[in-house]
Amino acid sequence: MSTGSNSEATTDLTARLLRGEPAALARAITEVENETTEMSAILRATQPRLGKATIVGFTGAPGAGKSTLISAYIKVLRARDKTVGVVTVDPSSPFSRGAILGDRIRMAEHTTDLGVFVRSVAARGHLGGISRTTARIVDIFDAVGKDVVIVETVGAGQSEVAVAEIADIKVVVCAPGLGDDVQAIKAGLLEIADILVVNKHDLPSADTTIRSLKAMLDLRNNNRDAVQVLATVATTGVGVNELAETIESKCTMHRPTRSPRTRIRRVLAGIAGQIVETHLQDTDDSAIDAVCDAVQRGDLSFESAAQRLLAERLGR
Amino acid sequence: MESTSNRSQRPPKILITKIGLDGHDRGSRVIATQLRDAGMEVVYTGPWQEILAVVKLALEEDVDVIGISALATDHLLVPKLMDALRSADLAHVRVVVGGIVPPEDESALLMAGVSKVFHPGSSRDEIVSDMNRLASEARSR
Ligand SMILES: Nc1nc2c(ncn2[C@@H]2O[C@H](COP(=O)(O)OP(=O)(O)OP(=O)(O)O)[C@@H](O)[C@H]2O)c(=O)[nH]1
Ligand SMILES: [Mg+2]
Repeated sequence: MSTGSNSEATTDLTARLLRGEPAALARAITEVENETTEMSAILRATQPRLGKATIVGFTGAPGAGKSTLISAYIKVLRARDKTVGVVTVDPSSPFSRGAILGDRIRMAEHTTDLGVFVRSVAARGHLGGISRTTARIVDIFDAVGKDVVIVETVGAGQSEVAVAEIADIKVVVCAPGLGDDVQAIKAGLLEIADILVVNKHDLPSADTTIRSLKAMLDLRNNNRDAVQVLATVATTGVGVNELAETIESKCTMHRPTRSPRTRIRRVLAGIAGQIVETHLQDTDDSAIDAVCDAVQRGDLSFESAAQRLLAERLGR
Repeated sequence: MESTSNRSQRPPKILITKIGLDGHDRGSRVIATQLRDAGMEVVYTGPWQEILAVVKLALEEDVDVIGISALATDHLLVPKLMDALRSADLAHVRVVVGGIVPPEDESALLMAGVSKVFHPGSSRDEIVSDMNRLASEARSR
């Protein structure tokens, strides 16, 4: 694993980044997005400044209105003088690895506002609705002092739950008439939602969608604080003030429980998991093969095999 | 697990946009799709972008190449865009124009710093290979 270069150019970029220069911010995100050799020096410089921003994730089925709603939410934030960073993630083509990044089309209202910085990234084959480096891009926005950082996930509909690991507040956006919404909610989005928004409330069947969502929520008596169901019309801004207020009050509620150590532990757990996964799946190691054989013979349980590998093969 | 890569190995990042009054964006959609299918990451906006909006967008997205699709006389705005890019310290970003551009206007565009003008007959392969080349030029700034 590289320790990152600390070249003069990187030091200069980092200094400009921490001074808040937009061009340096854009460039730093590029280095992180592409996991270049400059990445770790940049990230280390941002680490002492993390934890100030409110991080809000928007997820939900394709076409539900996430980008439009984000744009309307930004308008409310700007009226309150908050600065905003946005990361929008779109899928990469599995065939060409290219991508069309089109979420900005819906954010046209903010095209010349210097208080809003939008970065579109491709998922590059990463699952869970975000790209591999989305969380680090969010950190960069946080470190340069954006008051609110917004993440829009890929709108694939079912498994965009990875955003739960980075966002303080998770907004799940649904719209009437998208039949798979209820399916998506069942498949796990409900578990991560802090706020459920039924957008396109101007459409006829919206109230039916709200009723069925509320019924579904009543069925789950989880002891988390209640998921709120809100109705919006993103295209006109109806209900968006209330959304902004709900996000803020949920955030103040969560805030006290969020210490830097808790956050860092969560990040470390994720990275450690990736390291273990890569090592166990891809390393050519006869000792790992021997443990696999022992499992196959029934000499060793999966649990103890995993423990043994952690201790003996990864504890270098 | 850390795959440290060279900046030149990432996919080209392209902005496809339209300035000026013309609202026909079918052409830019087709191009955006072709570039995606050639492995590029394409930020796509609708028509009628202000010059300052294009500059802000190119900066935030750190794009390598801006493709302006121009029908009617919208290409006449491109020299203004070139100036605005330079004053924003984005002189490394390559700009190409696609559309119906009369020869005398084409040389004016090239003089203003536009890297290439694509005409209606330009082939997909030509566009893709030029965009790849310009993206790596922009990146070796
Ligand atoms: N009628 C109505 N249409 C809306 C509303 N909000 C968004 N739309 C429209 O719904 C369509 C999709 O909106 P987007 O904001 O792009 O949806 P998205 O969830 O970001 O879509 P993806 O990023 O592609 O997953 C657009 O045509 C919007 O104009 C609304 O409240 N009412
Ligand atoms: Mg969107």
